[in-house]
Amino acid sequence: MNKMISMEEVSTLFTDGMTIMAGGFMGVGTPQELVSAMLEANVRDITLIANDTAFTETGVGPLIVNRRVKKVIASHIGTNPETGRQMIAGELEVELVPQGTLAERVRAGGSGLGGVLTPTGVGTVVEEGKEKITVDGREFLLEKPLRAEVALLKAYKADKAGNLIYHRSARNFNPLMALAADTVIVQVEQIVEIGDIDPDEVMTPGILVDKIFVQGGCQS
Amino acid sequence: MISTLINPKQIIAARVAKELSDGDVVNLGIGLPTMVPNFLPEDVNVILQSENGYIGLGPLEGDIDPDLVNAGGQPSSILPGGAFFDSLFSFELIRGGHVDVTVLGGLEVDAKGNLANWMVPGKMVPGMGGAMDLVTGAKKVIVAMEHMAKNGSSKILQQCRLPLTGKGVVDMIVTELAVFRVTEAGFVLEELQEGVSLETVREKTEAAFIVNPALA
Repeated sequence: MNKMISMEEVSTLFTDGMTIMAGGFMGVGTPQELVSAMLEANVRDITLIANDTAFTETGVGPLIVNRRVKKVIASHIGTNPETGRQMIAGELEVELVPQGTLAERVRAGGSGLGGVLTPTGVGTVVEEGKEKITVDGREFLLEKPLRAEVALLKAYKADKAGNLIYHRSARNFNPLMALAADTVIVQVEQIVEIGDIDPDEVMTPGILVDKIFVQGGCQS
Repeated sequence: MISTLINPKQIIAARVAKELSDGDVVNLGIGLPTMVPNFLPEDVNVILQSENGYIGLGPLEGDIDPDLVNAGGQPSSILPGGAFFDSLFSFELIRGGHVDVTVLGGLEVDAKGNLANWMVPGKMVPGMGGAMDLVTGAKKVIVAMEHMAKNGSSKILQQCRLPLTGKGVVDMIVTELAVFRVTEAGFVLEELQEGVSLETVREKTEAAFIVNPALA
């Protein structure tokens, strides 16, 4: 199965109203060229799941600035002033989720769980509207799974089977999101032949990756 | 090491440093808490955890690696012996009690150990990031903050007014004036910073507090 994909093909994978997950922490580990492809494809009304909305010009930030997002689910929006502005103006729905809870919700979505019980947020506004469950005398919030139609990942290296290696702190949400979307697209810096990555070094197994886009557009 | 402490933030960071022990796994919030390692004695080495996915956070030295940033998104480094992991594992460490101490700033702390530091309705709504998980899961939560808000009001209250980051989570508050411990009975004033009188602390603290008999 050929997973390699060109920029033109990437842009055909998006439709209006989609739910999209994107890896990254303040833009580090976000597939910038895939974000650009989404912008060029003129996709609208997306629900975006990401740790944060990064900055106005990097990470997933340009999707907010260019008004492609109708709802964002994130742990932090403070570094992109446009997110807060659109939220206050009533143009953008924002669901703020504690970072560890966001990670667990994505995990639940990707691993067949009906949700997770976390103590984080008990006694705060985060508990509003959520079921509270007491286990052995301690209160937990039931946090429900998150899934997306498309996950956009960034890895350092892939083989042509889609086995991935991440670099430094650019790993963050990427391995989790690889499990939690119908279609998983990864942007990589380097592509190697199958067998060139030691199986012990693989961080995300290739069976989870549907499409591989090589940064700069080169396919081999 | 410690020469002259010229400003309130240095006084606070230097005092927080005394709470850390050799080998502690520590998560530092953005801003003032990041100054704490500057005041550690040479024989105290702590392991810094960065919520975006590693232990062994170090200061930026040499070339910038765009893939290596701290929890504030600033270029940083990883020390020998460090390790990277994903966000899920990072918060398993945090929530699971594998972080010994978290040091973070505060807007308000109250006598029940409640902390508010993530939003001011109508003014500032940046999101909680990892703060709610940190205060829930770290073994010890130290709030390092200036004693009063910029408008001169007390940040140490009988009851928080702002939306909470965590309920009953704070163990200790370190300000430029004093050190408080949070107990079942409310705040206990444990220390006065050098040159600060008990009267000054009473005047500038809205919450009631017990004075450690050693200070009287």
